Amino acid sequence: MRQFLKGNDAVVRGAIAAGCKAYFGYPITPASEIAEQASLLIPQSGGIFVPAESEIGAIQMLFGAAAAGVRGMTASSGPGISLMQEGISYMAGASLPGVIVDIMRAGPGLGNLGVEQGDYHLVVRGGGHGCYRTPVFAPNSVQEMCDLTIHAFEVADRYRNPVYVLADGALGQMMEPVEVPVLTSSEPEKSWAVIGNAATRGNLITSIYLEHEKQEVLITDLEKKYEEMEKRELLWQEIQTEDAELLIVAYGISSRIARAAVEVARAEGVRVGLFRPISLYPFPGARLRKLAGKACSVMVLELSSGQLIEDVRLSLGGITPVQLLRRTGGMMPTTEDVAQAIKKMEKECVGNYA
Amino acid sequence: MWEITHRRPATFYDIYERKGGDTEVTHYCPGCGHGVLHKLVAEAIEDLGIQDRTILCGSVGCGVFMYYYLDVGNIQCSHGRASAVATGVKRVRPDAIVFTYQGDGDLAAIGGNEILHAANRGEPITVFFINNGIYGMTGGQMAPTTPLGQRTTTSPRGRATAVEGPPMRVCELLATLDGPAYIERVALTDAKNHMRARKAVRKAFQNQIDGRGFSLVEVLSACPSGWKVNPQEAIRWVEKNMMPIFPVGVFKDIDRKNELEQVTSPRPAGRRVDAAPEESRTVDPVGAIARGELDDVALTLSGFGGQGVLFAGLALAEGAVREGLEVTWIPSYGPEMRGGTAHCHLRLSRSPIASPWISRPSSVISFNQPSIAKFADKIVPGGLLMVNSSLVKDLPDRTDIRIVQVPAYEAASNLGNMKAANMIMLGAYLEVTQAVSQGSILSAFVEHGIKPEMLKSNREAIEMGRRIVSL
Repeated sequence: MRQFLKGNDAVVRGAIAAGCKAYFGYPITPASEIAEQASLLIPQSGGIFVPAESEIGAIQMLFGAAAAGVRGMTASSGPGISLMQEGISYMAGASLPGVIVDIMRAGPGLGNLGVEQGDYHLVVRGGGHGCYRTPVFAPNSVQEMCDLTIHAFEVADRYRNPVYVLADGALGQMMEPVEVPVLTSSEPEKSWAVIGNAATRGNLITSIYLEHEKQEVLITDLEKKYEEMEKRELLWQEIQTEDAELLIVAYGISSRIARAAVEVARAEGVRVGLFRPISLYPFPGARLRKLAGKACSVMVLELSSGQLIEDVRLSLGGITPVQLLRRTGGMMPTTEDVAQAIKKMEKECVGNYA
Repeated sequence: MWEITHRRPATFYDIYERKGGDTEVTHYCPGCGHGVLHKLVAEAIEDLGIQDRTILCGSVGCGVFMYYYLDVGNIQCSHGRASAVATGVKRVRPDAIVFTYQGDGDLAAIGGNEILHAANRGEPITVFFINNGIYGMTGGQMAPTTPLGQRTTTSPRGRATAVEGPPMRVCELLATLDGPAYIERVALTDAKNHMRARKAVRKAFQNQIDGRGFSLVEVLSACPSGWKVNPQEAIRWVEKNMMPIFPVGVFKDIDRKNELEQVTSPRPAGRRVDAAPEESRTVDPVGAIARGELDDVALTLSGFGGQGVLFAGLALAEGAVREGLEVTWIPSYGPEMRGGTAHCHLRLSRSPIASPWISRPSSVISFNQPSIAKFADKIVPGGLLMVNSSLVKDLPDRTDIRIVQVPAYEAASNLGNMKAANMIMLGAYLEVTQAVSQGSILSAFVEHGIKPEMLKSNREAIEMGRRIVSL
């Protein structure tokens, strides 16, 4: 049966369906409901919840649970995600799986509680030290808050790597009907973990490799893992791209506005399509490049000052002009604003052809 | 009658393969206390028979390579965070014996917050805190426990109270908390103090085996290299410079087993959903949207925080979900909800909804005057503005929309329930638009486990709202 849930609540339902047995949390608006729901529901499903002393503590507790072979997660918003970067780097270095949910708010600094997507660089580029990457999945509905959380646990275990779900205050706070799957996803055998028994006594979870040669071997192994992700973990959605002369690229909540604007513009005869990356790392750039090759212009809509657009430009390598449409600070573009910008882009393209 | 055996505790690896280079000796300097404490820990683990169950959460400092030597499950942690990592491990593997081994830079400086809270939560782990008053591994910088007057590479004029503050006493600090079970300070100096240290290490493990709670042993230890003295002088240095500041002794020794067992007892199950009482069984047909008689709704509800604006929107949304509609409900959130204005956008549709936001609502329900200024001019022509006329006195000058006035407060007063104003407004909206059926909304209340008397008063309020606008 469909349940009517907040995005933040749907994250927890997804985590439980994925067999998450440990949640470590610290409150922050607009992510707090995840910790609140987890504190109620995860112990009921046989797991544990710890209200951590800080986001630093939370991510390190997750490091511990992951090292002990148990599916665990944490969630926060930008300021807390900044604090977690140390632990995420260590998890990547020690090849530990875990799920981190970022419900973005406006920044930098304390910023405000409004809807923004300014953590793209922090999360997608990997904000901690050293050579590592983290898969990032960006839902755009409450259903996907649940589904991509489950997916994140599976990808984290598949590669022994921390994985992000990147959403924002709107997706966290809004409510939509959700089908919560009851299945528990399958968890692989974790013979590498340290669980306190004879079989795993000889195991070592570490990220320190004092000899430079060994460190390079580790990094090369990580690179192979990331190459594998770049082949196998790409996710995206296309709306009316088949005949699109214009492309709008947006992820997460802004893709919902973009979709509404595409409907408005299409109704007026504008051949515009939406390309929505769902995996932000790995970035589905090859497919985007193919579509953009047939288009005359590409617009990136993001609630940040030109972060997603860097991946778009890298993917296109200059084959198609790219322009940026953005609001920041918690300000939202309306459907009409975006539709207007699409129509303006069309006029410019006609000018190009002439 | 007795013999002295000299053998390595079984908890040590025979050959330190992880170390590389000379795999028969440790990496520690001559006279360093780490070797002695490693041995006391290794012996205790062997003698207590817990080697297979034991997990070391290693730290950063000279002890970072303890996993070279100790044949237990090893997890190498980041600087200062071992007690948080150990929390994660112990919580998910309660049968494991989890211990951390942290120096003064690690535990008392960068890891101050983590140890404070692990201790205060009473995590049933074991912590060895090796205090030599200096950062050994990075080459002799000042630590929180460096004695006053001591010159280090970062206190070249000697530690001064006015500049660096006085040395920090971790045992005394943590012993003020109710969380820990056992806190003792020992010193690796003469034979008597070595025996005390041996006993304390064992007790700290035994406590965990017995489930007595958080145990921490601080070990005053020599660092000849960091202090730039020879090993013999270093022992005297501990006695002369450290023990007067850091007195040895037991600071806390209680059994928290019963409390911990209470905490880990199962929580009550989730909320029980009662069978639907009579009120909710009014089988209205589904609303006009689900019947295909009304197009999509883009409704904004707005008012003061505390007027139940968001809840009225939610009730409508929940009803719509039960009619199989696509629904988005997005609230204003954060500080503006607390006493300020609150609003929510609600879209109801038979097909998937793109943007959850509404810039041009088809309907606005306005609970107060400021909401008129904010939203009334955005309503699409032919749209609906429903106002709480108890508060809204100035109506917008628009003839292209339908304006419906509902004296919600007067009506609520008649019902003897001022909190019912939001349900009265909702009822009026249902009557005017028929968007969603009353029965669907009441069913949603029931599914959420509403108390029968609340269900009754909500139904009365909704029906009062319907009557007001159908007069």
